[in-house]
Amino acid sequence: MAEMNMAKAINKALGEAMAADERVIMLGADVGVNGGVFRITEGLYARFGEGRVIDTPLAESAIIGTAIGMAIYGLRPVAEIQFAGFDYYNYHQLESHAARFRNRTRGRITVPMVMRAPCGGGIRALEHHSESREAIYAHTPGLKVVIPSSPRNARALLLSAIQDPDPVIYYEPKSLYRAFKEDVPDQPETLPLGQARVVRSGSDITLISYGASLRPTLEAAEQLQEEDGVSAEVIDLLSIVPLDTVTIVTSVKKTGRAVVVHEGPRSCGIGAEVAARINEDSLLYLEAPIKRITGYDVPIPYFSKEKYFLPDADKILQAARQTLSF
Amino acid sequence: MPRTPIQLPTNIEYLSILDENAQIDKQLEPILSTADLKRMYHFMLLARRADERMLKLQRQGRIGTFPQSLGHEAISVGAASAIGSSDWHVPAYREFSGMLLRGWPLETLLLYWGGFEEGARPPDGVNDLPYCVPVASQLLHATGIGMAMKIAGDKKVVLTFFGDGSSSEGDFHEALNFASVFQAPVIFVCQNNQFAISVPLSRQMHCATLAQRAVSYGIPGIRVDGNDILAVYAATKEAVDRARQGLGPTLIEGLTYRTTAHTTSDDPKKYRSPEEEQLWSSRDALIRFRRYLADRGIMDESARISLEAEIEQEIKEAVRKFEEAAGDKELLNPLHMFDYLYAETPEFLERQRNELQQFLASRSAGPGRMEAKSGESAGRDP
Ligand SMILES: Cc1ncc(C[n+]2csc(CCOP(=O)(O)OP(=O)(O)O)c2C)c(N)n1
Repeated sequence: MAEMNMAKAINKALGEAMAADERVIMLGADVGVNGGVFRITEGLYARFGEGRVIDTPLAESAIIGTAIGMAIYGLRPVAEIQFAGFDYYNYHQLESHAARFRNRTRGRITVPMVMRAPCGGGIRALEHHSESREAIYAHTPGLKVVIPSSPRNARALLLSAIQDPDPVIYYEPKSLYRAFKEDVPDQPETLPLGQARVVRSGSDITLISYGASLRPTLEAAEQLQEEDGVSAEVIDLLSIVPLDTVTIVTSVKKTGRAVVVHEGPRSCGIGAEVAARINEDSLLYLEAPIKRITGYDVPIPYFSKEKYFLPDADKILQAARQTLSF
Repeated sequence: MPRTPIQLPTNIEYLSILDENAQIDKQLEPILSTADLKRMYHFMLLARRADERMLKLQRQGRIGTFPQSLGHEAISVGAASAIGSSDWHVPAYREFSGMLLRGWPLETLLLYWGGFEEGARPPDGVNDLPYCVPVASQLLHATGIGMAMKIAGDKKVVLTFFGDGSSSEGDFHEALNFASVFQAPVIFVCQNNQFAISVPLSRQMHCATLAQRAVSYGIPGIRVDGNDILAVYAATKEAVDRARQGLGPTLIEGLTYRTTAHTTSDDPKKYRSPEEEQLWSSRDALIRFRRYLADRGIMDESARISLEAEIEQEIKEAVRKFEEAAGDKELLNPLHMFDYLYAETPEFLERQRNELQQFLASRSAGPGRMEAKSGESAGRDP
């Protein structure tokens, strides 16, 4: 076990994946010599050489498009897009091709690749550097979507994503890169994609979140305990696609109340999907309408106002109280 | 019969008029009035000094991450000086100096880097688009504006900018193709500073110049010394004259060097040598232009010193205005995030606005736990 932050844990996973399987290669702008703008790929260029850690020209569509070709030819590319706010340039390649090859060739041609990108707000970044648009990918049949919330699960999920036979969007909440440390086992460990985790058990209400919003959600759960004597269960989705309906529904059947929390915009967002699954499988167990604490349906404001856009413990606490007193 | 060379127009030139020793090529020297020349120097120097001041503001946390534009002043100001105010200016994010020249108040640009949308609102009467961060995407907007000018029969032109790294994006090639096919009055100016963050030019293209990209689109292309404001001006002026006559777009490559970090969060020591930085600093555009102005008797040492003082005052005043705005309760009111999304705010968004308003009201009515925790004064909340 060694204590490390999420940036280091992701770096560790990349190194392990490349050491274990020589089909694994990395490509992206600034990933090589520079070690990535967030230092996530630091040391990998020196360790594995420029043939496997490839600094590319600045073209997201080409980075993802060529990664698709590499995957088809037998490599296991891990492509970095510098910020999630720029992955619209390559969305077409993911939607029209990465997500479809298996289906349209009836399983003959597959695209085992990972797109990594830092996502989310909270670091006083520039315009276009704070987006959380995982819902776009979740709405794209054929892609898997994974968002870690801690160093240990970041490492384990990335190893799983790289081994997965299908294209995986791996979004890294950049505000967590250096937010806290956690023990990460020395030996490689994986976590199955498509499995949520109950990170705090409780009986009165279910709070569902993922990524950077998990921390304020846990904070709110603690406050509910301390101030209201309410026992909140907290679920960390980890995978957005496949979404772990069973874990969500099992919890809601027990508590009868749910609040979903995420940074991305509300309409047609992940919270909407979670609420729909709860309705489908456990409507009659509900004691109150499901609430959503999310980013609003506006572009995330420039940094002087971004904190008002992001979910925080107070907003979650208030929503939970409204749900409890419904 | 079977194989014959195809003759292609490939007369890509390199243009230098005022060299790094301030030697002038009299034949090529553009005709510019004393007032024009002074104005050009004013905005180069204003941008340079403001950049230096902004670095301090950034280190003190008073503005956020920003890209310095040291080394880019001659291209930005030189090109922008060759168009008129009814022409359009479509920058990327290193055209700080040119934006100042176009009429963006310094305090407005400070608001942009200080985290306020208000900094992206072009001042009334200024035909500019705001800074554009997603690289190369603005080139298509410039092309569309040019196409619209042509459709309207207006004799105007569009000047747009991008970096060497940005030329690898599909948007760059698509913009050049559209502009050339439709013969739109667009001048594409590359600020070739030889790096895209850490990635060197040799990783962006497998050809000798960026200017030669023009050949495959059938338009004129030229490389100029990007630290020579007279060369930049002259090349742009030619391109503008052609575009106004309906002769279509031009690609101009200004060769320069980013003498500072990519942005305030970058560390160039990781990917380049101090010797190289030193070499390019010695080619600084301001030094040679200052000597040129002195040699021509346009600005002597005492005039330069008083200009420095004037600019220091100008910056001080702009920073004061910026800080006043950045502390203004109304400007900080988070409810404004909903104001401009649509011409008319739809009901669902109105509900979200009300939700936030109620939340903020309940929080300031409450025990202030939140304020205490986030370490902020309650006064900053509306
Ligand atoms: C589409 C897109 N991808 C990535 C980025 C992140 N990014 C910002 S500046 C930059 C390098 C751009 O290099 P270049 O075009 O040469 O311009 P320079 O910054 O050197 O002036 C990158 C990769 C971005 N802004 N937009």
